[in-house]
Amino acid sequence: MPTKVENWKDEVYGNEIRDRLMEFAEEGWDAIPEDEHDAWFERFKWWGLYHQRSGQESYFMMRIGTPNGVIEPGQLEVIAEVADKYARGPEENPEFGDAYCDWTTRQSIQLHWIKIEDVPEIFELLESVGLSTQQACGDSWRNIVGCPVAGKDKHEHIDAWPIAEDLHETFKGDDDYANLPRKWKVSVTGCDQGCGQGDINDLAYEPAEKDGELGFNVRVGGGLSRKEPRLARDIDVWVPPEKAADIGHGMSALFREYGDRDDRFNARIKFLMDEWGPEKMRSVLQEEFVDFELPRAGEDMRDQYTYNAGGNEHGDHVGVHEQPDGNYYVGLNVLVGRMGVDDVYELAEIAEEYGSGEVRLTQRQNVIVTDVDSDRLDAFLDEPLLDDYSPDPHPFMRGSIACTGTEFCSLSIVETKNRQVRYARWLKDNVSLPGGVEDFHIHLSGCTASCAQPQIADISLRGMKTRKDGEPVEAFDIGLGGGLGENPQFADWVEMRVAADEVPGYIENLLDAFEAEREGDETFREFVADRDEEALQSLADPEETSYDDPYLGNTKMTWYPYAEDSDMQSSPAPTDANDEPLPSDD
Amino acid sequence: MTTDVHQLDDGAWISVNDSREVNVSDLWLLAESEFCRCEPTDFLAEGFVDTGVDPPNIQARIAGRCIACGTEGVTDWLTVGRVIDPESGEFYGVVHDSVHIPEKRHRLADPEQ
Repeated sequence: MPTKVENWKDEVYGNEIRDRLMEFAEEGWDAIPEDEHDAWFERFKWWGLYHQRSGQESYFMMRIGTPNGVIEPGQLEVIAEVADKYARGPEENPEFGDAYCDWTTRQSIQLHWIKIEDVPEIFELLESVGLSTQQACGDSWRNIVGCPVAGKDKHEHIDAWPIAEDLHETFKGDDDYANLPRKWKVSVTGCDQGCGQGDINDLAYEPAEKDGELGFNVRVGGGLSRKEPRLARDIDVWVPPEKAADIGHGMSALFREYGDRDDRFNARIKFLMDEWGPEKMRSVLQEEFVDFELPRAGEDMRDQYTYNAGGNEHGDHVGVHEQPDGNYYVGLNVLVGRMGVDDVYELAEIAEEYGSGEVRLTQRQNVIVTDVDSDRLDAFLDEPLLDDYSPDPHPFMRGSIACTGTEFCSLSIVETKNRQVRYARWLKDNVSLPGGVEDFHIHLSGCTASCAQPQIADISLRGMKTRKDGEPVEAFDIGLGGGLGENPQFADWVEMRVAADEVPGYIENLLDAFEAEREGDETFREFVADRDEEALQSLADPEETSYDDPYLGNTKMTWYPYAEDSDMQSSPAPTDANDEPLPSDD
Repeated sequence: MTTDVHQLDDGAWISVNDSREVNVSDLWLLAESEFCRCEPTDFLAEGFVDTGVDPPNIQARIAGRCIACGTEGVTDWLTVGRVIDPESGEFYGVVHDSVHIPEKRHRLADPEQ
């Protein structure tokens, strides 16, 4: 039997949601019929609006999809303007202030505290520069990811940006693909370093050569969520760039027809891949969903992949890199992917002043300023903004990724971003990395949805609870040794239910053990791979240190974890268009 | 008025009559649960898997973990609250950290209930 969500989608979904959304915006929060809240909030996701968690009713997270992370000249200033004007909540975040942008692991942008009354003005602003929230959430083609420097990269064999752009334009708003059984995540990469992260996407295009022609091999069924991580599997198909969209049509139509609409927990195509295997996936695609003969896979470039492969070669895009045209792209580190709005304005300004005005987002929550004039590079590097967003950050600052967490998210078990900021600062001040280790990733996810992609980090932190002195406290399961590269590997979960205030001490002890026991230049990933579970567990113990964790209690019980009066009953929500509490029915 | 119950947002919470009522991330004490050998089980709710109504009880099966022994899995049916008067539809949640006994049998909720 189809789920309730499917029934709601059958009634109204896709493009048609927009008219009702605009009507509600015009009339205000109260206009959404109370007995239709769940249905409408589910539908609003398709237009990039995600209702914030309990205690924050009437406020929304808004996601803007920027394909391949490309923010074109003139767009970033508008994003800053939207955040400045409309994404200010009733309380400040102690680390980031009261207006900020989040750069996500899928090269998108998230804003919080958005009120439905402001949506028409926001859409008008965004659309005036070609930006959109369409299909940023919901059951359809999501933001397309890829190598963030496509078209500007010395390592690329195919410029994948026009292909990503074409897929974006083809499948955004196409009613035939508007209502899929679940989200549909696509990666397109043309470089030989593997930084499209295709292995963890539903559909991945990876560069490959066949009969002397460059095109893409196709992989299907990757994803990290729900303690069911899967690597995308090779379906033995190669396509030339001009047929990439045909494969997109075919695979997403296959998913539309065969995906499980009776159980949302079983709906992602990774589960269909479990059931069918790659041979059947290929044959059904061939027989039912494409009208040309699918070429067999070409010769891929996976043996050259260095991105997040465990060594120091290419863990991300931070740093100064020459483009093929002689200009430079400069990757700037954004700790946990969150940037205050004044800094976003400043970033837009210096991108315009020194480069083409284009800025790109990476899958590691960082930003890249492209097209910096070679003769003005030094002046760019002297810009004060780079003191806070460094192209040469300390490894612990560089490697820290965190999801949204209990600040706004319904699913999260623990506080994430502010905690990860504190972890990174404490580790930087107190812990040495073994010699030669310059790239070390710690990804912190608040729950099993894995939005911070914890399974592909050196150290994976996943939100949990434990008891300390009898009292419940926020905690983490700790995994080790994950990464991508030619032979991707998910982290082994080694230390379970570690109280959040003992995690930095555990990492310190673990790195001490790594330094003492590693052989030669052995990488951390190799070090972990060489040890069985028992040996890994005996490496280090959690420990209290000078690290202080102000979020140890149950942050989910608050209406906002950093409010002076954080009690759920003190929430001002739901509010009207001016953030004033609406009268209660009680 | 019928009582409408479902889980939403990947099992993040239970909606009762279009109102968010029960959230993940709480600890539940389970007695006689068969979930693990601990007595009681100190259970972290990570996601709501199924929901149902057995008037006046609102029930759910919850995915999660015993934080004492580490056993992972899905509970049998737990009463998470009650709608005593279907006309008003008002929901009264249980105290999650008092002791709860999961039940094996249950009638699934559907939109007609």
